Amino acid sequence: MRFDWYPLINSLRIAAISCVLVFFAGIFFAYYAAKLPRTIKGILDVILTLPMVLPPTVCGYFLLVIFGARRPVGMFLSQFGIKFAMTWYGGILAAAVVAFPLMYRTARGAFESFDKTLAYSGQTLGLSNTYIFWRIRMPACRQGIMAGTVLAFARALGEYGATSMLIGYTPGKTATISTTVYQLWRTNDEKGAFFWVMINLAISTVVLLSVNMLEARQKKAVKS
Amino acid sequence: MSLHVDITKQLGSFTLDVDFTAENGITSLLGASGCGKSMTLKCIAGIERPDEGMIELDGRVLFDSEKDINLPPQQRRVGYLFQNYALFPNMTVRQNILCGLNREKDRAVKERRMREMLQMLQLEGLENRKPAQLSGGQQQRVALARILVSDPQLLLLDEPFSALDGHLRDSLKVEMHDLLEHFGREVLMVTHDRNEAYNMSRDIAVMDRGRILALKPTKALFADPGSVQAAVITGCKNIAKARKLEEFLVEVPEWSIRLETKQSVKEGLCAVGLRAHYFSPTSQHNRFPVRFTEEMEEPFETIIQFRYEGQSPDSPPVWWRLTKDRKPAQFPEELGISPANILLLYE
Repeated sequence: MRFDWYPLINSLRIAAISCVLVFFAGIFFAYYAAKLPRTIKGILDVILTLPMVLPPTVCGYFLLVIFGARRPVGMFLSQFGIKFAMTWYGGILAAAVVAFPLMYRTARGAFESFDKTLAYSGQTLGLSNTYIFWRIRMPACRQGIMAGTVLAFARALGEYGATSMLIGYTPGKTATISTTVYQLWRTNDEKGAFFWVMINLAISTVVLLSVNMLEARQKKAVKS
Repeated sequence: MSLHVDITKQLGSFTLDVDFTAENGITSLLGASGCGKSMTLKCIAGIERPDEGMIELDGRVLFDSEKDINLPPQQRRVGYLFQNYALFPNMTVRQNILCGLNREKDRAVKERRMREMLQMLQLEGLENRKPAQLSGGQQQRVALARILVSDPQLLLLDEPFSALDGHLRDSLKVEMHDLLEHFGREVLMVTHDRNEAYNMSRDIAVMDRGRILALKPTKALFADPGSVQAAVITGCKNIAKARKLEEFLVEVPEWSIRLETKQSVKEGLCAVGLRAHYFSPTSQHNRFPVRFTEEMEEPFETIIQFRYEGQSPDSPPVWWRLTKDRKPAQFPEELGISPANILLLYE
């Protein structure tokens, strides 16, 4: 029998796609939240951060309530052939919701410590706001944004609670590394579970190591 | 060449309410920190929006609340030198300067103008450095290069020397002064340092709590600040309440003296100011008995504190400041001051 690598592929694509989504969404909200009036900012901040402190199963519950097959939104979306419950791409939604606050909060912290006079001087020199954002603000906040992205990716890769609620575990269809570990352990396949644990460890280690190396190289480049 | 500003903006505990016209050369806004000077610059540059009013530069309307005009900073052509220079840390000197040339599309022209600017500001050889690898003076020159190359019609300087070490400051002041004369456009500078304002500017506007107390040519301002706050900001150490007796005579009850003045005293006089440098042991005018109380030495000057005979006990001592070579061997029993040096201060 050929070994089933599906959980690895599925986990990686879910983590990668949700990470990209969360990257842009997190930056977008972090940037605009900073400009909102205080009270609205406070409320929005709570809503956007909630998924980080709620148990993932609670997030999964809310996702099911909204996107479940027999719920209004779920029924509406199914007319277009989109179904988040029990599909592999439902995993993207689950992972993105849980990973979003990590990106949002780290990006917001980075934007808040950004020296505004850099943006102002860019404007008075005639640079467009888009140029200032991508070429001055983003590079200056690079460290925080990179940290947020890595955290979001790692979180998305390890997502279990919301994922298992929304998409369950179907081998070859919705299985991810984390749901596979649980399923194998539950069915007394300790060896199989251990194998997938090691895979997960390896990916996480590689991601963190490469980030550290990248940072070290950048520090060196700044010094020389 | 003229800048006309007439704006109001609520700023926490007070209202910024300035109305002035600056023309021909360097004008300074002089005032204590937090008096609204920097906010004024930000409003002119378009970084902050005034609540009401208008800003006009060489006949071009930059802001007009009534006509609902508020040009974005990008369209104002107003250069802004920030206190910390605001160089883009991720870019080299070359890239920073090229940012000032973003309106120019022709690459060859860009390159040529950048070269000229590098040469003019003695930055050749530093093109590929990052801002963090430059000294404070070099950073300031790069920031200026980046602004000047963008050909602004007005240049705003926010405390341009405050980030520099003392010994660098003086030589850079001279350099910057020459450069700005060469620039030949309107310059508006903000500073809390009266020496800096005196060195650099043709006109000075004295600001206090969001208002302009006086806008005069530099020398005229120091000779006649006009109000108590302006006298304090221009560095007058001895100020006391006074009232008019005759056209050229005032009474200072706190010091129990009467002072002859050269200027005619108008109604509404509230105080007189005596600059610490102007007392003289030989002057026969306004000569009164004094009693020495304390002395403090500086590297090249001495500050002597004294009291007038009959000065009220709760009134602070009077300061006399003189260079050490002029210091008398014995403290004189009487001191005079020329009527021309009596500052008349009004409400």
